[in-house]
Amino acid sequence: MNIKYFSWLRDRIGIEEDDIELELESISVKELIDLLAKKSDRHFEALKDTSIIRCAVNLEVVNFDHKISKNDEVALFPPMTGG
Amino acid sequence: MIKVQKHDFDVNKELKLLSNKTNIGGISFFVGLVRDDSEKDRCHSMTLQHYPEMTERMLEQIEREAQTRWNIINSIIIHRYGKLFPGDKIVLVGTSSEHRKEAIKACEFLIDWLKTKAPFWKLEERESGSKWVEENVKDVEAVKNWK
Repeated sequence: MNIKYFSWLRDRIGIEEDDIELELESISVKELIDLLAKKSDRHFEALKDTSIIRCAVNLEVVNFDHKISKNDEVALFPPMTGG
Repeated sequence: MIKVQKHDFDVNKELKLLSNKTNIGGISFFVGLVRDDSEKDRCHSMTLQHYPEMTERMLEQIEREAQTRWNIINSIIIHRYGKLFPGDKIVLVGTSSEHRKEAIKACEFLIDWLKTKAPFWKLEERESGSKWVEENVKDVEAVKNWK
């Protein structure tokens, strides 16, 4: 599964995208973040405060209990600041 | 109409496009600019990052929502990305309608919604260093007020 990062999440983790192998057919957003946080210290630090993290699955913002499937497009980012 | 672009835009050109029908009685515009808001910690530039695959789609959804709520004849959202400097235009929202209130309300709604629903992130390059702009509570409240 490919995960895109934006804004300070990208800076703090130090990469634009991640790839992880999913053992299950689907996983919740919260479970995905917990899994990613274990990848490195930088991941852990960037992802520890989930109150300031948002997730889009297939280009739509979703809640943390949303189930993600293997082929979904996933992105993690802080609250948007357009305009 | 939605445009996501790096280059600047011409408000007069968009004004002509918004007023292309004879039943249009009013046009409302909002133009957002890069602001240098601090004497102590000058903002030299601002870099707007976005999620290209998602941006146009979200802006289209926001535009459709405005069209369902108000009787607007034309609408346009132009949002820039990349490196901008104080005084540069960032965003343009324009609406036209038969009567003024529809255009004004729809314009206000569009800018309020896109502030927190369009996937853009602003990096301010200040005297003290670079800093990502945080979500503004007032912007979140503004969206809630539209119900």
